[in-house]
Amino acid sequence: MPVQIRRLLIAFAIFIGIMLVLKYYLTPESWREYGPYRGYALTEIAGDEAKYVQMETCSMCHDSIAELKSQGVHETIECEICHGPGYKHADEPEHNRMEIIGDGLFCLRCHEKNMARPENIIKQIDAAEHSEGEECTTCHNPHQPWL
Amino acid sequence: MVSLLNPYKFVFATKKPEGNGKWYGVGIDIEKCIGCASCARSCKTENDVLAEPFFFRNWIEQYTITNDGQIKVSSPNGGIDGFTQPVPDDEIYKTFFVPKMCNHCAKSPCTQVCPVGASFESPEGIALVDQNYCIGCGYCVQACPYGCRYIDPRKGVVDKCTLCYHRLEKGLDPACMMACPTGARLYGDLNDKESALSLFVKENNCAVLKPQLNTESKLFYNGLSQEVH
Repeated sequence: MPVQIRRLLIAFAIFIGIMLVLKYYLTPESWREYGPYRGYALTEIAGDEAKYVQMETCSMCHDSIAELKSQGVHETIECEICHGPGYKHADEPEHNRMEIIGDGLFCLRCHEKNMARPENIIKQIDAAEHSEGEECTTCHNPHQPWL
Repeated sequence: MVSLLNPYKFVFATKKPEGNGKWYGVGIDIEKCIGCASCARSCKTENDVLAEPFFFRNWIEQYTITNDGQIKVSSPNGGIDGFTQPVPDDEIYKTFFVPKMCNHCAKSPCTQVCPVGASFESPEGIALVDQNYCIGCGYCVQACPYGCRYIDPRKGVVDKCTLCYHRLEKGLDPACMMACPTGARLYGDLNDKESALSLFVKENNCAVLKPQLNTESKLFYNGLSQEVH
């Protein structure tokens, strides 16, 4: 074999050897467990804390409000839409109070008149005309706005 | 070797499971959306998405088509700040809300371009980002035709909708689906013919965004107008 070919082959062999060693040490453990990505990534993402606990957890303590709400039009609305996420409150109710929104602007996020809102889905009002500046909660109980 | 024999399998490593495996998709009923943006608000809280600059994992757009054919699209802070009608009622030909989020495409352009394998599709068909391996090059942000990815300036890596993977694994609904007061959003297993999503797709005339791109989007809209893109 000519000397230049032999040197070339040796150079190639060294290069491939280095690549294999690097690949061995640098490839993460769970690589290709499911596909060309780190399998542990799925466990890491799944490990994040859930902040919204959902209505079933709320009604374990607040059963009278859940009962009241279940009879009104806000039946399907999750508690945490208006009161914010409940993960801290569910863990330590005494130290972490839930948010109580007394602001009518929040009601108007859904109920303000807008032509894009389908009328058969949501009741809408023109705030200035309907309440003349009065807070929504003066007349409506948000847990059971109408019977 | 796999790539030489079957390049398709290499590029799209994840595909719909043949057995009983889950294959998640999303359904949005535009006819039920009231544009309250509870979804966008709860998503930001649940997933710790920056309030500003204006990054969103999901957001709502109001399309307004005027009588003279102009199309106006508005989305003030993704809808979180509430919508105000851009033109008076009598000048409007048609107006509606379109909630947008990651399409969790079966042939996702974003996962194909990732140079380090940090962007991938889970076996359940959810497009995810491995934030410990992402190098923040932004290729996927450019590749996504739906604008659903952004670089989180706090970490310098890409962030996107995970379909609340951490909640799904705990048996809870994704935050946006939970927060929707009218049930306009739903998710389900496309591999199960009886799942909520399969029935939604069966019973409605559903369409996907940008079908010409052949991304095999799994976000199905009922009542999607042709003006939406």
